Amino acid sequence: MQTLFYILAGTALVAGALVVFQTHPLRSALWLIVNFFAVAGIYLLASAEFIAAIQIIVYAGAIMVLFLFVIMLLNLRQPEEPMPMSALGSRILAVTLAVTTGFLVMFGLKQAVIIPARTGPPGLGNTESVARLLFTDYLLPFEVTSVLLLVAIVGAVILSKSRLK
Amino acid sequence: MTINIPTFCLSSIGPWLTLTVTAIVVLLLDALSPKGRKAYFPQLSLLGLAVAAVQTVRLWGRTGDDFARMVYLDNFAFFFYLVLILGAALTVLISRQYLEDYGKNLGEYYALILFATLGMMLMVAGAHLIMIFLGLEIMSIAIYVLAGLFREDLRSNEAAIKYLVLGAFSSAFLLFGMAMLYGASGGTLYLNDLAHRLVETAALTKPLTLLGLALLLVGFGFKVASVPFHMWTPDVYEGAPTSVTAFMAVGVKAAAFAAFARIMFLVFPAFLPQWNMLLWVLAVATMTLGNVVAIAQSNIKRMLAYSSIAHAGYLLVGLIAANQLGGVSLLYYLLAYTLMNVGAFGVVILVGRKKDSYLNINDYAGLGAQHPALAAAMAIFMFALAGMPGTVGFIGKFYIFSAAIQAGYLWLVLIGVMNSLISVFYYLRITVIMYMRPAEADLGAIAFTPSMNAALVLTAAATIWFGIFPGLIYNLALNSMKAFPGL
Repeated sequence: MQTLFYILAGTALVAGALVVFQTHPLRSALWLIVNFFAVAGIYLLASAEFIAAIQIIVYAGAIMVLFLFVIMLLNLRQPEEPMPMSALGSRILAVTLAVTTGFLVMFGLKQAVIIPARTGPPGLGNTESVARLLFTDYLLPFEVTSVLLLVAIVGAVILSKSRLK
Repeated sequence: MTINIPTFCLSSIGPWLTLTVTAIVVLLLDALSPKGRKAYFPQLSLLGLAVAAVQTVRLWGRTGDDFARMVYLDNFAFFFYLVLILGAALTVLISRQYLEDYGKNLGEYYALILFATLGMMLMVAGAHLIMIFLGLEIMSIAIYVLAGLFREDLRSNEAAIKYLVLGAFSSAFLLFGMAMLYGASGGTLYLNDLAHRLVETAALTKPLTLLGLALLLVGFGFKVASVPFHMWTPDVYEGAPTSVTAFMAVGVKAAAFAAFARIMFLVFPAFLPQWNMLLWVLAVATMTLGNVVAIAQSNIKRMLAYSSIAHAGYLLVGLIAANQLGGVSLLYYLLAYTLMNVGAFGVVILVGRKKDSYLNINDYAGLGAQHPALAAAMAIFMFALAGMPGTVGFIGKFYIFSAAIQAGYLWLVLIGVMNSLISVFYYLRITVIMYMRPAEADLGAIAFTPSMNAALVLTAAATIWFGIFPGLIYNLALNSMKAFPGL
């Protein structure tokens, strides 16, 4: 179990780093798929089957197809010349800050003793129990999410409609 | 299988429902009505906001929670409902003519303002970290779009992109912090439970709790524009449409501070020494940087952006005090800030005239002679922002600094007062330019509209009135702070 977790987490991290470091957007998108699958595997290990399935269907499926479409429609190519490098000083500062923050986070996590999660009822994380939670304790957040989506849709339309009346 | 849906009472989220319905009606009317007949969106929005305000007043005094412990019903939330509704209504009042000049008097604008207000209300009443996060996202997404409303304007685009990218980053920090707290507490996100669970498990998970706390500070620090998370503020405030800037300055700040204060007072009282020290440093840096850099600004919107950063610093002082008066001062000051800041931005819109042509502070020369009423209003807002006696700004700062003295932060108060003195320079400079310097040319007509006049008269009058008679607001705020019996 633990080995599997480390393998999946390592894959997710490496794939995530590769998403950032690729120069070609298409390759970034493909590495992102690898990342999504690895994360879905971690969800499975945490016995959250529903979330794992959603992760693959929605993210690795639907959203990635959209990404690829946009990249191909925009016809993004590898940039002809490398991006202008920012000043050396600020890059060093950025790396130093990132590394320091990373160490601080690691230090904090090392100090802490994670309380083992109380084992939930059997079937925790499957579709039925997620649905049960969504319609009982989390009813209000669930409904509020629809407003969030509506706002996002209205925003997308208003920013992209070709001609506003 | 059977699912027992918990009982709930719709009236306890009545103001939210009203705003949502109004926003959807505005959207539908916008889609269905023929061209050229779109004049009634502001009125409709104002009606919705008024109904929400009435509902809030009727809720006043209720206590407890609802919707399976997802929403707090307490006067703290209701007080902020009223402040947010006031901010949104004033924004609607100052928007209309300005948007028409740009050909952007769209139904979507008003709908997004209403949705953003709804998100802010979720933040101030959320009893579960997920609710606070959802409210934050509804508010933020609406405001990203509003900041980029003028699509033809490069600076508006820049504002929207900058705010979106950095905002998404800060939301990620906030979520990460919540995840840490979930782990540290052994699996709960209810604010009530978090408080004692974090203490119970402190022996084991204190580092994790502190990590979560620090990440929450980053997320909220970004939204309230505190140093060192303030970099976006001047560019976004300058590039966004002026009416949106006004809304952003007062609404987002009030909602973020409300959620911030509730989390700090409710969840982390046991960790007071840790976060107080951190916030002390942030507050001093925020006040000082905001005020010092504001002196160098020649664009009025950028100046007000740095002034907004400085005010975030003063508000942090109220939070650091972490006593009852500190909370009261926070509530009072956020209301005061809403009044004086929306008023100031209203004047900026009027003086900017057609499409923001006059935003330099030197464009205010001669205003005192040619438009005395407008200049007087601006002078009132500047005096109030500087914290002159006789205005709400003074009373607000007085409460904040007394609270800090009460809690024993003498140095913080000294630094704060010195900062106030620095700020007098750049606020009064506007007044001096308006009255002492002759206009280089005739200023020409300024397009006063009834709604704009109403907003300016209301804010100016309230700025003076509550500055001389603060009792009403003080009592309301004191009543609201009963939501935190521990303070």
